Amino acid sequence: MYELGSIVKNIRSKNAGPFWVTIDIFCLDAESLKVILKKIDVDLISTIFKINKRKIKIFKIDNLNVIKISFPRKVVQGHMNDRDMHGAQYSLLLKEFLL
Amino acid sequence: MKTKVLVPSGVLGLGFDIKAFEKGLKLSPDVISIDGGSTDSGPFSLGTGTSKYSRTSIKSEWRTLMIARHKLNIPLIIGSCGTSGTDNMVDWMEDITLELSKELNQNLKIAKIYSELSKEKLLENYRNGSIANLQPKIKINEKIINNISHTVALAGIEQIQAAINTRADIILAGRTTDTAIIAALPILKGSNPGISWHGAKVAECGALCSTEPTSGVVMVEFYHSHFVIYPLSEKARCTPETVSAHMLYENANPFILFEPGGYMDVRNANYEALDNKKVLVKGAKWIRDKSYYVKLEGARISGYQTSSLVLLRDENYVNNVEQWTSKLKSFLNKEIKKRMNLASKDYKLQFRHVGKNATLGELENKSSYPNEVGVLCIITAKNKELSVEISKLINPFLLHYPLTKNEELPTFAFPFSPVHADRGALYEFSLNHKLKLKDPMSIFKLVLNEINNV
Repeated sequence: MYELGSIVKNIRSKNAGPFWVTIDIFCLDAESLKVILKKIDVDLISTIFKINKRKIKIFKIDNLNVIKISFPRKVVQGHMNDRDMHGAQYSLLLKEFLL
Repeated sequence: MKTKVLVPSGVLGLGFDIKAFEKGLKLSPDVISIDGGSTDSGPFSLGTGTSKYSRTSIKSEWRTLMIARHKLNIPLIIGSCGTSGTDNMVDWMEDITLELSKELNQNLKIAKIYSELSKEKLLENYRNGSIANLQPKIKINEKIINNISHTVALAGIEQIQAAINTRADIILAGRTTDTAIIAALPILKGSNPGISWHGAKVAECGALCSTEPTSGVVMVEFYHSHFVIYPLSEKARCTPETVSAHMLYENANPFILFEPGGYMDVRNANYEALDNKKVLVKGAKWIRDKSYYVKLEGARISGYQTSSLVLLRDENYVNNVEQWTSKLKSFLNKEIKKRMNLASKDYKLQFRHVGKNATLGELENKSSYPNEVGVLCIITAKNKELSVEISKLINPFLLHYPLTKNEELPTFAFPFSPVHADRGALYEFSLNHKLKLKDPMSIFKLVLNEINNV
């Protein structure tokens, strides 16, 4: 068992406007992107982030070996129930995900 | 044909490398463009019409930019003045500019673009069906619209170009897209719109598209069908990777960027290193919409907050903190009902366990026992007085509430006196919508002001 974060260059997350969060997984190379993409699907993202599957978008950016995951924030930025104004901690849940 | 746009940093107030900026000035830019805002820190700035950065920082950096503009006799453009780009913040930025023009002995022609919508205007457009939802859909109705404190529309290149055409020295724009202040001049001078919007998107955060993100300063040279981007700081480099990666940043879709009047598509963009600092980019397309839409932003008050912090260090309390707050919460709800005669819908009482799961809440999947836990207690009520009153009511129980009946009365640690902090109004983003315009200028106001100090 090892953390996803240990086999990629970096994983970061940030708001994309007040209503969306976007997570970028920077893979080491094309081969590793292919392997990781097999493990990261909407079902997994939906389980980790408790988001409806239909709302999750996953992009593959080949020239950068990046997997991008975007979904609407469950709690809008700055709402009384928001805990992280910039959405930068969401990435940790993927970084620490055990493969 | 070539248009050189010098971008000192991602936003005014954040600081930039002065040496790099001076190097950029020597390369004869045609315009200096800088962003003045964002929604990054939440709805407060828009709701209140206040700057998140200090006036001192803004003025000191603006002074550097005004001196440079004067020396080179080129336009200086700032978008989203004072964080949110409300009308009063355009005037705030003008005040700073006027103060500096006196101190620096400069004559100036200032063009201001106001992008705020009055409630009446917003209601009128809502009623006549000119407002459409963006995703995710946020519910609006006339009552919500009536409660919005400030609504701004994000200007695009058309409004900035109208200001450039007045031959103003300084353009102070209300809310604009981060990119429009960079793309406006090259498109006006005939560069391909897809290329121009793409170059603007890459440069909007300054040197974030380089290997030294904090150095700030970048130059974009726009040609007809390509652009070249490079950082000005000694150590910084732009590489095809750092440049193309910027499309990912704060953008839900890495290939598409919506702007007023259409969208940019970078799926066929090509990035080529010219040397170890410069990157040449081509291939982005601009797809014009049939109708001209501008995005709207609005914020309204959703309550008044107070917060208190109590620190638990006793091992038994640390290990049972969830149980403690759960018991305390139901006890307090009863007390509030009994003493203040309030229904549960009149207020909200939240506990967050700092040290356990305050950051991720229900998404947290780690559980360990820390040495201590901070219990952050947040009250949200319909007015300020009520919020403060509830905080005061619960204060002694926060300090002494026992986990079990038979134990000696505990006393926890309060780090502050008074215990509660009055956080004032809580704002909420209330619009995720776009507004259809027949004429791009119809809701924007362009105002000129000529200053003679010399």
